[in-house]
Amino acid sequence: MEKRYKVRTFDDAMDQELKTTCLHDEHLALGAKMSPFAGFDMPIQYSGIIDEHNAVRKAAGVFDVSHMGEILVDGPDAETYVNHIFTNDVRGLEPGHILYGMMCYPDGGVVDDLLVYKEFESGFLLVVNAANIDKDYKWMLDNAEGFQVEIFNDSESWGQLAVQGPASEDAIVRYFGLDELRELEFYTFYDLEDEDGGRIIVSRTGYTGEDGFEVYASPDNIRDMWAALLEDGVKPCGLGCRDTLRFEAGLPLYGDELSPVISPVMAGLSMFCKLDKPEFIGKDALLKQKAEGVARKLVGIELKDNAIPRAGYPVELEDGTEVGVVTTGYHSISLDKSICFALVDSAYSALGSNLFVRIRKRVFPGEVIKKRFYKTNYKK
Amino acid sequence: MSKVIEGLLYSESHEWVKVEDGVAVIGVSDYAQAEMGDITYVDLPSEGDEVTAGEEFGALESVKASSELYSPVSGEVVAVNEELEAAPERVNEDAYGAWIIKVRMSDESELEALMDATAYSAIAK
Repeated sequence: MEKRYKVRTFDDAMDQELKTTCLHDEHLALGAKMSPFAGFDMPIQYSGIIDEHNAVRKAAGVFDVSHMGEILVDGPDAETYVNHIFTNDVRGLEPGHILYGMMCYPDGGVVDDLLVYKEFESGFLLVVNAANIDKDYKWMLDNAEGFQVEIFNDSESWGQLAVQGPASEDAIVRYFGLDELRELEFYTFYDLEDEDGGRIIVSRTGYTGEDGFEVYASPDNIRDMWAALLEDGVKPCGLGCRDTLRFEAGLPLYGDELSPVISPVMAGLSMFCKLDKPEFIGKDALLKQKAEGVARKLVGIELKDNAIPRAGYPVELEDGTEVGVVTTGYHSISLDKSICFALVDSAYSALGSNLFVRIRKRVFPGEVIKKRFYKTNYKK
Repeated sequence: MSKVIEGLLYSESHEWVKVEDGVAVIGVSDYAQAEMGDITYVDLPSEGDEVTAGEEFGALESVKASSELYSPVSGEVVAVNEELEAAPERVNEDAYGAWIIKVRMSDESELEALMDATAYSAIAK
């Protein structure tokens, strides 16, 4: 009998829903290990996580981060609206400047962490996590009542590359043929125009703890740039080392270190919450947390052994009492020691506190240390 | 394409076994090391520990994840490869040279449940 139908499985359904970026064919051609991430089929590694990690620390690497979301806000009330939904303060932010911060729920929990770009003409560009695009967009629309703003989810139009590492400036300048890009300061951006009038945004930002750039452009421009950078010796890097790099630099990942139940105050990110602003969603809750203290805080823990603390492993006191949980952990590639972020009872969050991490059947002693494990090399 | 060596026995959880005078030398296959990526830590048992066929005796940790090691046979651990504590990357470089533990078998008939190179080649791809 001729086989004309097949039974659709759960895996088929998942495959079908998995989105791809404009560089998907390039990843496959390079033989990348691919894995679903935030609804996209994304490259985890090409040559290996350690090799790629070291390339970013010592030379330059390029990441396809086209899965990230871009949401535009414009209109007469754009500034007051963004300030209403965003924890940092965009009042008086100069065009071409960027701020990091969060969108919070009224209870101080986090909707997402994001970058806000103050556009040169008018309005703002909000860059959000891929997994949260739909949720964020809906949250923004739901909280726009009474503001004269237009909010547009433009994520499909943009590809994005992150070019990171001490040699990234040279690589970026060579690609664009623009020496002015050397002058770009940390957390600022330029608007470039291609021959056809297409827009390219180049910002001095990143998620690795190194100097670097993030470039937003059309899929065609992104593919051209990807090929040229690889040709120029910039190493293709996957999401595997993106995580080890951001972790060493003490940067949070939404879902691990920030979430609806992990507030910026708990995560030690109060400096990005301007509690002296007239108002923003979550302000009262965050003020209260700040004044009264929080039950749990995010800390860094260094283990005295090479065993690796992983997300979800329990953090204990010497007597076995559980006082927290690991959120991200690695054997640090740049520092050659086992370290983790953990959410622990505030009573045990002071630097130098002795805590223990349960790894499989054994318990390993550790000490609370500063979360910025690796000395960052931003160009300021 | 990962390497499978003739003359070794293999478990479904990707350990290999080489039998030497009643002692099982145990490591992980080339397929397993390639799947894991850069191995950064090997959690080893101690000499004298008892291991049981099909049960966990340690773990390999790559940058990204940890993978438990399962003993293909039962018996007493008579040697552990301490070189791997300082140089876990040896498992990536030479999966069949970098043995992990040696076990004096209490029941050699357990070897019959393992695969030969031909059978293992079919699943290691």
